[in-house]
Amino acid sequence: MTRLMKGMLLATTMLAPAGLAQAQETQLVIESWRNDDLPIWQEKIIPAFEAKNPNIKVTFAPMAPTEYNSAVNAKLDAGTAGDLITCRPFDLSLAMFEKGQLAPLNDLKGIENFTDVGKSAWTTDDGKTTFCVPMASVIHGFIYNKKAFEEVGVEVPKTEEEFFAVLDKFKENGTYIPLAMGTKDQWEAATMGYYNIGPNYWKGEDGRKALIAGTEKLTDPQWVEPYATLAKWKPYLGDGFEAQTYPDSQNLFTLGRAAIYPAGSWEIAPFKSQADFEMGAFPPPVKKAGDTCYISDHNDIGIGLNAKSANADAAKTFLSWVASPEFAELYANAAPGFFSLNSTPVKMEDKLAQEFVSWRENCKTTIRPSAAIVGRGQPNLDLEMWRVSANVINGSETPEQAGAETQKGLDSWYKPAK
Amino acid sequence: MSNARTAPVRTALIHLALLSYTVIALFPVFLTVVNSFKSRAAIFREPMAVPTPATFSLIGYETVLKQGDFLGYFQNSMIVTIASIALVLLFGAMAAFALSEYRFRGNLLMGLYLALGIMIPIRLGTVAILQGMVATGLVNTRTALVLVYTAQGLPLAIFILSEFMRTVSDDLKNAGRIDGLSEYSIFFRLVLPLVRPAMATVAVFTMIPIWNDLWFPLILAPGEATKTVTLGAQMFIGQYVTNWNAVLAALSLAIMPVMILYVIFSRQLIRGITAGAVK
Amino acid sequence: MSAAETDDIDAVPARRPARWHIAVFLAPAFLVYTAVMILPLIETLRLSFFNVVAGQMQFVGLSNFQTLFGDPRLSADFWNALRNNVIFFIIHMLVQNPIGIALAAMLSIPKLRFAAFYRSAIFVPTLLSFVIVGFIWKLILSPIWGIAPWLMDLVGMKWAFAPWLGKPETALVTVSLISVWQYVGIPMMLIYAALLNIPDEVLEAAECDGITGWSQFWKIKLPLILPSIGIISVLTFVGNFNAFDLIYTVQGALGGPNGATDILGTLLYRTFFGFQNQMGDRSMGATIATVMFLIILAGVSLYLFVIQRRMRRYQF
Repeated sequence: MTRLMKGMLLATTMLAPAGLAQAQETQLVIESWRNDDLPIWQEKIIPAFEAKNPNIKVTFAPMAPTEYNSAVNAKLDAGTAGDLITCRPFDLSLAMFEKGQLAPLNDLKGIENFTDVGKSAWTTDDGKTTFCVPMASVIHGFIYNKKAFEEVGVEVPKTEEEFFAVLDKFKENGTYIPLAMGTKDQWEAATMGYYNIGPNYWKGEDGRKALIAGTEKLTDPQWVEPYATLAKWKPYLGDGFEAQTYPDSQNLFTLGRAAIYPAGSWEIAPFKSQADFEMGAFPPPVKKAGDTCYISDHNDIGIGLNAKSANADAAKTFLSWVASPEFAELYANAAPGFFSLNSTPVKMEDKLAQEFVSWRENCKTTIRPSAAIVGRGQPNLDLEMWRVSANVINGSETPEQAGAETQKGLDSWYKPAK
Repeated sequence: MSNARTAPVRTALIHLALLSYTVIALFPVFLTVVNSFKSRAAIFREPMAVPTPATFSLIGYETVLKQGDFLGYFQNSMIVTIASIALVLLFGAMAAFALSEYRFRGNLLMGLYLALGIMIPIRLGTVAILQGMVATGLVNTRTALVLVYTAQGLPLAIFILSEFMRTVSDDLKNAGRIDGLSEYSIFFRLVLPLVRPAMATVAVFTMIPIWNDLWFPLILAPGEATKTVTLGAQMFIGQYVTNWNAVLAALSLAIMPVMILYVIFSRQLIRGITAGAVK
Repeated sequence: MSAAETDDIDAVPARRPARWHIAVFLAPAFLVYTAVMILPLIETLRLSFFNVVAGQMQFVGLSNFQTLFGDPRLSADFWNALRNNVIFFIIHMLVQNPIGIALAAMLSIPKLRFAAFYRSAIFVPTLLSFVIVGFIWKLILSPIWGIAPWLMDLVGMKWAFAPWLGKPETALVTVSLISVWQYVGIPMMLIYAALLNIPDEVLEAAECDGITGWSQFWKIKLPLILPSIGIISVLTFVGNFNAFDLIYTVQGALGGPNGATDILGTLLYRTFFGFQNQMGDRSMGATIATVMFLIILAGVSLYLFVIQRRMRRYQF
């Protein structure tokens, strides 16, 4: 059929362009969903690479995050995707590797700069093959408006009780919307809500691994309670939060109309450029003073090699550079909030970014529970958690229902390994 | 014509109704354009206000023109849209002429076959289209888009034009044949000029989905050199989601050309549809 | 019609055996249309009978359809999307088309001043891209910066404002109305054309009989434009069951909140291409596409073979 189409297409082509001039240097194209970072790549990262490798020209070609996976998959199937593919973590990239779309990178120069944990998001289940160079992780927490905290006279909360006391103060005061979050886009409710505060309940990695092993269920109290806490956020959200989108929340906070923003560290750079007040950050409050704190420190972004790339050598040169400490430092400072996974420590200038990273010292880290292994089947656990988290905050579902629904979806395809 | 005494009241009511709907139709467009000329804070504080010297700002337009190659995007959109419209009109009119003018075996079947495309969104065939374009090396060219849009526009064009061509007088064509004109001359010199209004109708209905399409540029021609203005604006929204000046400026810029094209075609369009292109 | 056809035969009797020009006239359209549209679509339909079995694409007969209607989750999603789609269509039929007809009826009043201006202005939303429509309506209806709450406050109706796009009960109706706003120009234009095409003699005769104004519209004009209303209904049906872009730009690919605005187009998109962490499933997507095609085909056939025939009989 393709041949038939090809013939007919050729027969009907009227405006065929002159063949593209073959350039001397190798051209590399990077597929990415980080369209926010376009200026950073164009102005800082690519020039730094090209200065060292004058024969390689790199183009950063980002698209909207919501369209990325669909479009990149269609392009990979058709063989038109760029040479370098930005990798989502865990199961999504693993599936691409298993389909033969991503090349194995075990023998790439520089891959030894990463620990097994750093590589975990882009390594096969047996731990043998790595297929993307880890770039960065993101940390969840809360960003707050320092000016607002001073005005209302509250301290940074350490425990949940204090957290709600602070919210009450802001509600009484009335100048600020206590919490800037909406449920319209759904993913905020899960990503900034459930995945943010949850690790304190299910004890981070312990709970996540128990879920995978099947010894814990999403209907267990440690998985249902975070929903109950989320439901308690409702009165502190802005009017009409049901129709509040992600950019609405960002604008509410950066225009100084909200006090606390449930955040991911990737917000740091855009917030810095838009807010004209000082910002601070605190980790998700623990239940009782003295409890061990857990934070979500999620491997979020890597970069891999399109298995069908015609410029594999040049692409590998680029990937080795991405694996180098030089890139790590460049990227971490150009895009504060994306924390390097490189085992060489990286110096970061940004105060807010330093604050986020400092939590790693005292708190135990974990990744998002729906990302690995249990995120492989249909229905997709991540999308299910988006939906029920939004429902719980909207009040259209109870925390127990949310837990039961997600567990039922998981049970329909997932059988824990014995 | 109608009752003389109630006429003024009735006319006033009709104007009132039409005017209110016009306001509803234009209000969002007005908002987009007005706010694109204001500073970020002013947009949020008073979205309804007209820009004053204090709030007037071109920062949005500056960002847009600095960041993306919007002029290039415009050019791409224009080339793709105009080439597609031209091909749809030419090929569509030719096929419509064959279907409406001649009786031959398979005429009805061919007509039904060509109309099938009105019912199915071409998007369902994306993957095979992409593979075909890859096989022919047309990916990331404007030609790929033109081909897809031509295929997409043809069914409706043939449907409308063949209805219309049935109304062209047979005497005229027969007179031409007696004068020794070839069938091609009859089509190009006698029939085509007569169906111009219908062509305008087709042009407008073809233009709207092409200019506004996001999907095929994203899949077939996302490269910087072939990016269309709608794709450019969408990327811009993705990229500057909180920078509403820039977004509104990009949107205002994307509205303009399609308005201009519409104004150009609009008079012909009205004549086309009123002359019975669609009955 | 039949007279014209016999004329044709008389006109070109001599060249009957080799009328190459017919082929020449048809070839370009046929080739482009077949290569770029029909073959890829057939390829998609073909996929709905295939699935990956043990790592290999294999013919699986109707088992994809069995999964679609048998699997509790998939079938729930499908019926939910279909139900929303039907509601979406009903709202268009009840709101968009009557408004379109009313506007056209007013515009077609002879010697109405500014008619050209009204006509062009009301058609403007139809020209806008979904990117613009989605962004601007979200802005207008936003509870935070929204212009809608502000406007409603002006007329003392602030209490009636709600975050409509975010509530499951109101989201679908709201999105449907945005779509109506965008597309009302098309029925308006087509009906307008049909109204202008009513022969003057018919209207004069009606006036002689004392049928004017409203009753003239109901008794004379409306029956005459019924075929146009039929075509518009079919175009609305086809358009609505293919709809995707507006929901996608306003409510996202998930058709939120809680699937309240999920229609067949968004369900197909998510299934076929995948979304966020959900992988695309070509075979299941193709299966949904095939079902959509059958639904549209059924609707169009119903119109062509039942409704249109009745209308003909009614006319003559």
